[in-house]
Amino acid sequence: MYEILFKKILNENTKFMVVDAPEIARVCKPGQFVVIRVNETGERIPLTIADFDREKGTITIVFQEVGKSTKLLGSLEKGDKILNFVGPLGKPTPTEKVYGTVVAVGGGCGTAIVYPVARAFKEAGNHLISINGARSMDLLIYRREMEEISDETYETTDDGSCGVHGFVTTVLGDLISKGRKIDLVFAVGPVPMMKFVSKITAAQEIPTLVSLNSIMVDGTGMCGACRVNVGGQMKFSCVDGPEFDGHEVDYDELMGRLNAYKEQEEISDRLWNESQGGAA
Amino acid sequence: MSDRSNKAPAKKRERKPPTKKVPMPEQDPLERRKNFDEVALGYDAEQAVAEAEKCLQCRNPKCIDGCPVEVNIKEFIELVRVRRFMEAALKIKETNSLPAICGRVCPQETQCEQSCIYGIRNEPIAIGRLERFVADYARAHDEPMPEILDRIGRKIAVIGSGPAGLTCAGDLARLGYDVTIFEAFHKPGGVLVYGIPEFRLPKDIVMAEVEYLERLGVEIKYDYVIGKIRTVLELIDEDGYDAVFLGTGAGAPNFMRISGMNLVTVFSANEFLTRVNLMKAYEFPEYDTPVRIGNSVAVIGGGNVAMDAARTSVRLGADEVTIIYRRSMEELPARLEEVHHAEEEGVHFRLLTSPTEVLGNESGEVIGMQCIEMELGEPDESGRRRPIPIPDSESTINVDTVIVAIGNSPNPIIPQTTPGLDVTYWGTIIVNEETGMTSLPGVFAGGDIVTGAATVISAMGAGKRAARGIHKLLNGE
Repeated sequence: MYEILFKKILNENTKFMVVDAPEIARVCKPGQFVVIRVNETGERIPLTIADFDREKGTITIVFQEVGKSTKLLGSLEKGDKILNFVGPLGKPTPTEKVYGTVVAVGGGCGTAIVYPVARAFKEAGNHLISINGARSMDLLIYRREMEEISDETYETTDDGSCGVHGFVTTVLGDLISKGRKIDLVFAVGPVPMMKFVSKITAAQEIPTLVSLNSIMVDGTGMCGACRVNVGGQMKFSCVDGPEFDGHEVDYDELMGRLNAYKEQEEISDRLWNESQGGAA
Repeated sequence: MSDRSNKAPAKKRERKPPTKKVPMPEQDPLERRKNFDEVALGYDAEQAVAEAEKCLQCRNPKCIDGCPVEVNIKEFIELVRVRRFMEAALKIKETNSLPAICGRVCPQETQCEQSCIYGIRNEPIAIGRLERFVADYARAHDEPMPEILDRIGRKIAVIGSGPAGLTCAGDLARLGYDVTIFEAFHKPGGVLVYGIPEFRLPKDIVMAEVEYLERLGVEIKYDYVIGKIRTVLELIDEDGYDAVFLGTGAGAPNFMRISGMNLVTVFSANEFLTRVNLMKAYEFPEYDTPVRIGNSVAVIGGGNVAMDAARTSVRLGADEVTIIYRRSMEELPARLEEVHHAEEEGVHFRLLTSPTEVLGNESGEVIGMQCIEMELGEPDESGRRRPIPIPDSESTINVDTVIVAIGNSPNPIIPQTTPGLDVTYWGTIIVNEETGMTSLPGVFAGGDIVTGAATVISAMGAGKRAARGIHKLLNGE
């Protein structure tokens, strides 16, 4: 059992939790993930580690409530316990290297995942440019945190309520067209965002890493649910990833696979909403 | 079967006609297609005694040599014959920690029962059914704990709680070692729980056998992926374990090298079965884990896992389930009993057929599978006749779900994180066959991670050998 030590609501459907998991906190690295099962009837879901504190023995998770399992997790409060918390899984991001200028792109909840990796890039001595995007200002998260670690910070909103009116790709495209030398782009967010970031950088041959949120059961290479086509080869997100060369990922296939259980997810979500006494 | 009663009495002394095993009651196929309850119902005491009475009690029994964990079959059957069922169970447990499981899933027909001397003229003694009977009897009648040697204060780490790990842990605990099992999942049992379906091996039985080990003093840590949260070398160097046994199984599913393998309704048998068995997706939405099943399912492969996937598909409500296998019925690797059960439940077999492409629609769902017909050529290295495609024999079959059950490769996590651990080209761990020790002193391995995908009982045999190897090593032999 893994106790929730702290909980914060970042916005309407994005929650921030600090979980007591000292053995994982001792060894995890930026870019890795945990698999969580909330209770006995729960499903196993992967969540990328948003932060960790080796001394306090804690792991931070940040997640968007998109269906039954994330809503169930989000309904837990400080002092509640998560039944299973497995990790650290997946390969860490290669953050020790000095690339030069690194652009860290986070979309929506993805910014929470970008944050520890971006911080590691900065600590390794890279010049860090961050682009934090969301649909609107109230959905932007980690604004102060990103600003603190970045040499240059950009924010974008789809509706123009904050920062640049447009998408993360608007700013990234600008930087490239201004001739800024970029040595690495690290992007985490919705699949279409990662797809379009990769499209822009591919033209300039800028190395690009993306972190994929495939469906998983075990998270240790056993089920193959998370298989993804990378450069024409079948890879498993859980053991070969979750990060891959953004230029090689088949995003359309990935989007289809993410919708594999859509019908069942809708049933679970509806039942959950009904059990909470509210409409959908 | 009953023709003997109709024959006229022989004039001269004629040998008695061959006998058959006392039949085991089973759930009706039409009924069981709709539920996940156990198919075979087990002997009652009378049936067990009747079967045991046929045993010849050979002076040099061959059956025991056929058992990878050396169960004293002759003696336990004699105890059944005289109705000392509890003692019979304890006799088995002297060498086999998991008899209720073995009695259900062992391929007895190629092991103990194959070498049964009574079986030369007749159907062999139903050793598996008797083993199951006494194990179930003991569990229902408060079996006493075996004698455990005094704690000797030495720590053993067992990685993985599948058949190999459980056996190794049980044998070492009985010798007085402090054994800790590290399990990646949230439940113990490995393939016994995520792979083998409830209707073939009820999970309560696995849990009971594991609880028995816990009463022997074995500790199990869940959610613990060795190689990630802790490495094998750290267990030895920092955590004070005197030896480590790796029983992590053949966990990585193989897919075919044909187009369409990443379609949304193509599943590995591992994923499909894990969702249903471990995560209880058959009880969705009470359980949150979903499973998808179409109307027409193709299961690629001919092993026990393929049979399990096919029979599970039937129970989830698929109208039409077909096994696609590239050789003929004769080469089909699944146990005869499983094939027979699958046929009874309405599973179709399309033999000498190999998929060449899975076809999908825009949303990535399967709409058909192109297959080619095969014929059998000369035997290959495995001794089985090699399937050869027949030119221009391709056709498309109408399916909306494909389950791939063509075997597993070793899970790479431990080899990748354990420097100095020698593996084969295929990624299986190399061990000394007698002791089970790997290239790293004090690190042992056994089961599918060494042999590639094999059987529950062979993994148990390997766990037993390694336990012996560990005991010898730590006692300076």
